[in-house]
This record gives sequence, C-alpha cells and structure tokens, in this order.
Amino acid sequence: MATDKPLTKNIEIGRAPFNFKQYEAAGGYESVRKVVTMAPGDVVNLVKDAGLGGRGGAGFNTGLKWSFVPAPDGGPRYLVINGDEMEPGTFKDRLLIEHDPHLLIEGMITTCFALQAQTGYIFLRGEYTVCEERLLSAISEAYENGMLGRNILGSGFDLDIYLHTSAGRYICGEETALINALEGKRANPRAKPPFPQVSGLWGRPTVVNNVETICNIPGIVANGVEWYQGLGLGDFVGTRMSGVSGRVKNPGCWEVPVGITFRQLLEDYAGGMQDGYELKAFLPGGGSTDFLMPEHLDLPMDPGAVQKAGSRLGTSLIMVLDDKTCPVGCIRNLIKFFAHESCGWCTPCRDGLPWTEHMLNKLEEGTGSMKDIEILQEMTTYMGPGNTFCALAPGAAEPLQSGLKYFRDEFEAHVKHGCSYNKH
Amino acid sequence: MNNLIASTAIKARQLTEEEIHEIEHEKTHYPYTQAVGLEALKIVQKYQGWVSDESLLAVSEYLDIAPDELEGVATFFNMIFRRPVGKNVILLCDSVACWMLGCDNLKEHISNTLGVDYGETTKDGLFTLIPVPCLGACDKAPVMMVGRETYTHLSTNKIDQIIAHIRDESPVELDN
Ligand SMILES: Cc1cc2nc3c(=O)[nH]c(=O)nc-3n(C[C@H](O)[C@H](O)[C@H](O)COP(=O)(O)O)c2cc1C
Ligand code: SF4
Ligand code: FES
Repeated sequence: MATDKPLTKNIEIGRAPFNFKQYEAAGGYESVRKVVTMAPGDVVNLVKDAGLGGRGGAGFNTGLKWSFVPAPDGGPRYLVINGDEMEPGTFKDRLLIEHDPHLLIEGMITTCFALQAQTGYIFLRGEYTVCEERLLSAISEAYENGMLGRNILGSGFDLDIYLHTSAGRYICGEETALINALEGKRANPRAKPPFPQVSGLWGRPTVVNNVETICNIPGIVANGVEWYQGLGLGDFVGTRMSGVSGRVKNPGCWEVPVGITFRQLLEDYAGGMQDGYELKAFLPGGGSTDFLMPEHLDLPMDPGAVQKAGSRLGTSLIMVLDDKTCPVGCIRNLIKFFAHESCGWCTPCRDGLPWTEHMLNKLEEGTGSMKDIEILQEMTTYMGPGNTFCALAPGAAEPLQSGLKYFRDEFEAHVKHGCSYNKH
Repeated sequence: MNNLIASTAIKARQLTEEEIHEIEHEKTHYPYTQAVGLEALKIVQKYQGWVSDESLLAVSEYLDIAPDELEGVATFFNMIFRRPVGKNVILLCDSVACWMLGCDNLKEHISNTLGVDYGETTKDGLFTLIPVPCLGACDKAPVMMVGRETYTHLSTNKIDQIIAHIRDESPVELDN
C-alpha cells in the first residue's frame, strides 16, 4: 500500500538522512523510472488534475503553472527551486531538505522531465549550512547513480542540477527577485508580465517552485491522482507540512492531512498551550498573514476557508500569541523585520515601513498618541495591495491591520501607559 | 564606498589559487559570468573573513564585472561583510518566535559578556555580534548561529558554554 505520508515517510529526527542506496531501497526514484516512459504533457496534466497547490505561500495550482511554459524551441528552459525560507515563523523547507534531500532531487528530476528543462537550480538560503552539505552530497550521489547527467536511465533526457546559496535577503524569496539574484544582480522584483514561465532566467522559460511543492511530485507521479486526493480529509486533497511555534508544549512541524483544523494541530500535535499561558491569537501562516482569534480554531487549515475568515494560510506554520506577550510589541517586531528587508524600490514600502516602525516604537515606549494609531491605520491602506511592486509591503500590513482590528483597546492603552507587559 | 573604489589609491589584490579554483568551479554552473559575482564574493569572504575594497576589485577584474555593479550586489546582501568582522560571527535571531522566547535578554547577556553591541567586534577580534532574521528553527527558539553552526534552545547558561568552548577552541558538543 502506498504511504499516507509522502513528504516525511523517510524522516526520522535524530538519524542521518537516507543516502542514495537507502533511499532507493525505500522505494525512492520510482517516479523517475516511471516518468521517462510518459509523455511530458501527460505529466503536467496529471499534476494539474491532482490539485496540488504551491506551498510557497500563494497556493497556485502547480500543474496549471507548468502548463504556461511554451512548447520547447530548442533553447534552454529552467526549473528553479525556491529554498530561500526566511518568512518569520517558517521552518518547513529546512526540515524537508535536512532530513530527506533525495526527495527534493527526485522531485526536481521528475519535474524537469515534465517541463523538458535540462537545468535545475536550487536557490538555498545561505544560513542553511546543513541543508547545503546534504544537498551537495545527494546531488553527487544522484550523478554517480545515473539519475542526473546525460541520457538518464537510457531515456535520452539530460539534466544538470546546481546548488546556489544566497547571502541573506528576504526579498530574494519573491520569485522574480530570486531570478535577478540568480543572474548575479541586485534582487529587486521584476514587473509581471512577462511571467517567468515565458521569460524568466536569462529571458528563458522558467518555473519557480517552493521546496515542499516539488517534494510532492514523486508521490503524485508514482501513485497517481486518486491516491493523492485520498490523502486529504473529506474534499481536501493531499498532505501539507504544518507546524506551531510560540508558547505551546510541543512546538514542531509535521506532515498532516489537508483539512484538519487549527485546533487539531494546536492540541493534538503541539500539545496545547504551556501551563500558565492562554491562547490570545495566532498568525496562521507566517509573519505576513492576518491574525486569527480563538474563535477561528475550528476552521480547516485550507486556503479557501482561511481566506473567508479574513486571513491567509500562507506557509501553514502557525505562531501563537499568548496572553503574556504584548500584541503591539509582537507587531513591532514583525514590522521591524519587513522594514529592514524592504528592497527600497517603491515608496510606500521603503518609507512606509520605517515610519510604521517608528510609531510602534513610540507606542511601546509610552510616547505615542491617539493620532499615531490613526496614522497606523492609514498605513495599512497606503502599504496595501495595489500600491506596491511586490507583495512584501501588503504582507507586512496584514498583521498590523488585523492587530488594530482585534487589539484596538491594547493599542489605546499604550498611549496612556506605554507597554505594561513584562519585557521579554 | 563607490568613490573610494573609483579613486586610484586602491588596487585589486591578487586572488589566491584556492579562490580562483573555487570561482572557476562556480563558473561551470552558469552560462554567464555575471551570475558568479555573489558566489565569488562569498568565496573571497570565506578565505579572508570579509570583502575588502581590494578583494572586491580583484573579483571585479577577474570576472569582468564593473566595480560599481559588483558593489551594488555586495551591499544588497546582509551576509556579505564589507567591513572586517571577528573570527566568529554570532548571528542572533531577533525575529518573532525568538523574541517571544526572550532573545532580547540573550542579546543583553551577550553584549555584557563580550562588551559589544550589534555590529561590533570584540577587542581580541574573536567575535562579532549581528542580528539575523528568522533562522527557520522557530520550534527550537531562541536560536543563533556562530559561523556555520546553529545553536537552538538557547539560555544564558548555554551561551556561556558556547562562548567558552569557542574561546579555548575545544569542539562544542552541546545537545541541540
Ligand atoms: C517577499 C516575498 C518573499 C517570498 N519568499 C518565499 C520563500 O522564501 N520561499 C518560497 O517558496 N516562496 C516565497 N515567496 C513566494 C514566491 O514568490 C513564489 O510565489 C513561490 O516560490 C512559488 O512557488 P509555489 O508555486 O511552489 O508556491 C515569497 C514571496 C514574496 C512576495
Ligand atoms: S513592495 Fe517593498 S520589497 Fe516589494 S518591490 Fe516594493 S520596495 Fe521592494
Ligand atoms: S524566529 Fe528565530 S528561528 Fe524563527
């Protein structure tokens, strides 16, 4: 019987990841053997029908994204893996790469065949040094065993995979900025259209996918659509890396069926809140998502359901805000990050974020005014969707706007007394 | 900085054999040499500790990338050091999960122990302290890196041990 944990079946925290032989013995590289017998277009359709949504945050149907790549014209085409994971509160791609690097390599080979791309790059966050070492060794093992290089498994298909390690800049995670970074340029985002699938790396067709997205491909190709869809609860499809950080008993990240509720993740997996702490609110999917409240705990962890509640599932790693932590201080910490990481291209982001940070500092220090709260409110529109070149500033505005909505009284109390929480 | 580089006073240094070897290897990964710019800066930094003007010019000449353009890349990335840093760079995560679990206190503790603020280097040249965004280990917060090593579940006590281990160069064998 095929596994019900396709992303983590080989993962055992505390033991070294599988080498090539062990990985293959556990059923690994099966999707490569299968894909080379298929028509590339059929692979794209299979992934489209499976209903896999991108795991980088936006959730776009992966097969559909691939289908926008034009027919081969003899020139180069690229697959680029987005492993720049830097969104505060996000720690899933690191786990997948550190503990099963061959799964990503297998997913890349299968995907490149579907796209008829002969070069794949892994864009990895530079601080992920263990990932770097393990990927380099997995790549060289894959070459030694004929899964990479010329004429893979006698199919006539050639593929090279290279690892690029970055040097610390959140904006590189935005896919067009990432392409500029790979080309050796400053990582400002590019205007879309043209979309990377048509004109990306060095002006050639390029697909950028998240690490976890591509780790799903071997299972889907090897076991088929029906199996994949059966992994989710009810009408939801697949599994998803989901986790919890903050003051819970057992913080961590697990592969869960899509469709479980936030409460199940928080209580069954993360063990509930630590003794003496209560859940006040939570960010459902990283630092650039709107707060949700305890009354939302019974929502399924599904992009559509979360959107209806006024937030985004984002990276599906939830961060709990407890009752002993200041919401204004928490938002200030997030805004400080976004202000620092703005690439400086557009005014609402370059100027709006430092200004927002300044006002939050004033509130924390007890020198803020009611007028500052009004300005903060205006900032959420000024930095909101439609006013900037990329989604960094609108993302930064999300925890702020929902914080102002849910914790208005606490913002106002800061005007009178400054921060009355214990310092962390 | 650009003016400084443009001035005639500063000359490219000679790249070492090891540096050239590694840069040449990176070149085989990309169809255009401009793409190797950041990798080359990282290689230089690995051997020299930081990227001096002389190093930047050397890479610029070697890869035929305009100095201004390469400088634009160097200054864009947080982890390219254009000033000298200590032998061990401490990257303390100051993002939200670590903040909730007390990284501000740890920062105070490190500052008091080593006598440095963010961005500063100890007098003996052993440590530079720098804040870093979320290190992707939030479930094990608070977190920091020293060089290429990641340390999790930090406490003031654990930080003292790490610093002591690095000072006397004995291997650090801490349970993460
Ligand atoms: C500021 C910013 C940072 C991002 N960082 C990442 C990241 O670190 N990893 C990632 O996979 N996607 C990130 N994204 C989303 C990517 O732009 C892109 O949507 C994603 O890599 C597509 O892959 P997917 O379709 O597999 O989800 C970021 C987007 C923005 C606007
Ligand atoms: S929104 Fe911010 S990060 Fe995005 S392009 Fe504009 S300035 Fe750069
Ligand atoms: S917030 Fe520190 S590791 Fe994520």
